[in-house]
Amino acid sequence: MSENVKKSASGGTAKMETTATGAGTSSLLTRRTALKGLAGLGAAGAGLGAMPGFVPYIQAQSSAPIKIGFQVHRTGIGAAYGRWYDRVTTAAATLINEQGGINGRPVEIVAEDDGTDPKRGAEVVEKLATQAGCDVAYGTLFSHVVMGSAPRAGELKIPYFVVSEGHHVASGALNRWTLQPGICDVKSQVSAMAPYITSTLGKKVTMVYPDYAFGHDHRDSLVPAIQAQGGEVIAQIAIPPTETSFTKYFPQIPRDTEVLYHVMVGPAVLTFVKEMGEFFGPSRPEIFGFIDSLEATDLTNPGLEYLDGTYFWEGMPRYAQEGGPQFDAFYREKVGCDANGASVSDPKDISTYAHMFGCWETMFVIKAGMEAAGYAGPSDRQKLIEAVEAMGEMPASEMHPQGAKIFNGKTHQVFGPQYISKVEGGKLVLQHTAPIEAGMYPDEVDYTTMSF
Amino acid sequence: MTGLMKPGALHVGVALLLLAANFLLPEYHHGAMARVLTLAVFAMGYNVMFGYAGLLSLGHALFFAAGLYGMGLPMQHLGLAAEPAFLLGIFSGALVAAVVGALALRTAGVAFMIVTLMFAQAGYLTILYFLEYTRGDEGFVIAREARTVFGLDLAAPEVRYLAAWLLFTVAMFVVLALVRSPAGRVLVAIRENEERARMLGYDVARYKLGAIVVSGALCGAAGAAYGLLFGYVGATFASVQYSILPLLWVLLGGAGTVLGPLLGATFMFYLIDLSSGITDAYMLIAGAALVALTLFAPAGLLGELRRRACPWLP
Repeated sequence: MSENVKKSASGGTAKMETTATGAGTSSLLTRRTALKGLAGLGAAGAGLGAMPGFVPYIQAQSSAPIKIGFQVHRTGIGAAYGRWYDRVTTAAATLINEQGGINGRPVEIVAEDDGTDPKRGAEVVEKLATQAGCDVAYGTLFSHVVMGSAPRAGELKIPYFVVSEGHHVASGALNRWTLQPGICDVKSQVSAMAPYITSTLGKKVTMVYPDYAFGHDHRDSLVPAIQAQGGEVIAQIAIPPTETSFTKYFPQIPRDTEVLYHVMVGPAVLTFVKEMGEFFGPSRPEIFGFIDSLEATDLTNPGLEYLDGTYFWEGMPRYAQEGGPQFDAFYREKVGCDANGASVSDPKDISTYAHMFGCWETMFVIKAGMEAAGYAGPSDRQKLIEAVEAMGEMPASEMHPQGAKIFNGKTHQVFGPQYISKVEGGKLVLQHTAPIEAGMYPDEVDYTTMSF
Repeated sequence: MTGLMKPGALHVGVALLLLAANFLLPEYHHGAMARVLTLAVFAMGYNVMFGYAGLLSLGHALFFAAGLYGMGLPMQHLGLAAEPAFLLGIFSGALVAAVVGALALRTAGVAFMIVTLMFAQAGYLTILYFLEYTRGDEGFVIAREARTVFGLDLAAPEVRYLAAWLLFTVAMFVVLALVRSPAGRVLVAIRENEERARMLGYDVARYKLGAIVVSGALCGAAGAAYGLLFGYVGATFASVQYSILPLLWVLLGGAGTVLGPLLGATFMFYLIDLSSGITDAYMLIAGAALVALTLFAPAGLLGELRRRACPWLP
């Protein structure tokens, strides 16, 4: 970890008393008045001082670091993603501080594990906002944690920057305080893939997807997207989340299938690939999948040989290559990845390269937003939201190494290029870059019309 | 008279102390305690069944989720107001408990644990199966504007805390009244010696079913309240860990004590919250604390207190 990034667990190092903001402002006055009165009488209790959050502390805001509360999946099902989200966030904060911080103030990452659990996620947002005194909350990946946490972020009126790729933000399910400015959502990803699938791989598509929300998002987006390109999804095979073997599902794949679209996630994907190979053998249809299944997984693992010659969506190409994103080399070096998308210190430690750029870019969006808003403290949180909503186009740069972006201020969702790669010799080789426009779709919400 | 005065004074005192906490707690702990109070009701529901009736269930997430979804789905899809939705949540918890209880009570001991676990797992998978309505694992958000009760915004910190306090206080006195009633004493008798209770002429199955239904109603109330107070309904709350948690809270605080669930839920929350600020392996610390408590205070915190100093503790 770089020396100029001060990173701490919030519970042990909270220093600043949170400024009262939002819904609780008026009601807090009663409590605080009572608390002050009791403190004056010496009745507040010395024992409470030992607990975080009970220690009032005043620091000149102009010199204090900007605290970015990082809701990180360090344990639970999201731990593999969380480990790399953590590293990328640290790297981005290091660079921001090397460049002079934000509005002349250093950035401090205050990380707290949410266990990839929506209940704990909401608690972590509360902790970051009201105990650690963070200026923003950031970094959540798994959709159910976002859904569980976003209401509390809205109530606490803390900007909540998620890196989730879920459609929940742009669908209008959340609130004005929740934004996704660093990574495209599933609907955008799937829409951008459809033209390549139908024009290059085949028009008759069978999709195999997990029978839970993530899989349904794919189904709901893919079917109309393929139809719009003159193709057809001829079978939709939902796999219950409890399945550990898939052999009984493969016979359901119609014989005239030209493209098998799969989006299996989790440890079962290895079994899925193995059994798919046993079922099809050498005479298989074209196969297109989402790399989500194999993030943090070495493609040269035994059992994955069958993927050779198949195609994958990638948010950002894992393997360094010709024609990849312009600023990839700079970003790759900063986050500590080698040309294979693995850690420079451990080639077996494969990154979540297709997603983790979202952390990097979101960090720089926060920086740009705070600078545009003249952000000085929590009282400027509303200005920060409005500044990000007004961002619009973001050119490709070291801050946006995945590619140029268009941020839709109404839907709080960013749109960017998407990448299609083919597995060749155990590596992903870039085949096609879908333009930003291919992933755009009509607005489903206008958050700017909602009150703060 | 003393036997009635002490417990009464203690529980009224606890209720008043928690009410005072509304005005004293800093913002973070104020919000955290609102959550703890709601979850303590969940644990109290569990305690009625486990601590007093001696029925060890591994499926209470189902009752909590029944309340959560019984409240949330009608609000989300039918536009039902929060007040009737909350009552529907309680009813859902009680109804599901009655059905599960009627079937599970055909078994006993380990088989009862397994059957309740299986029912809860079936409930969890049902939520995932009906994803079109429930949004499965992702869940759904209950809009803030819908989360008002009698014109009060449940998302406002003070209203949320006071609502959680009211729920907890009502649940606490309901449980206190129950365990001090003749029916409550029969439950304890069943727990201590089921055959003897049956021999004395008590309809053991009916009492057990009654305990399960009361337990389900309390857990349903906690689930419905949780969704209303924190704005989220999701399948995670129906998963197996939410069947284990109330068991842990009750064991920690003291099974068969009215206030044990509150103590256990509070202890566990702050144990995780504080240890997560020290290390990523915070569950290891929580686990070590649980092992230590099991070894040195097998009756739980309040259970030990009752054994050593306060035999009058209900």
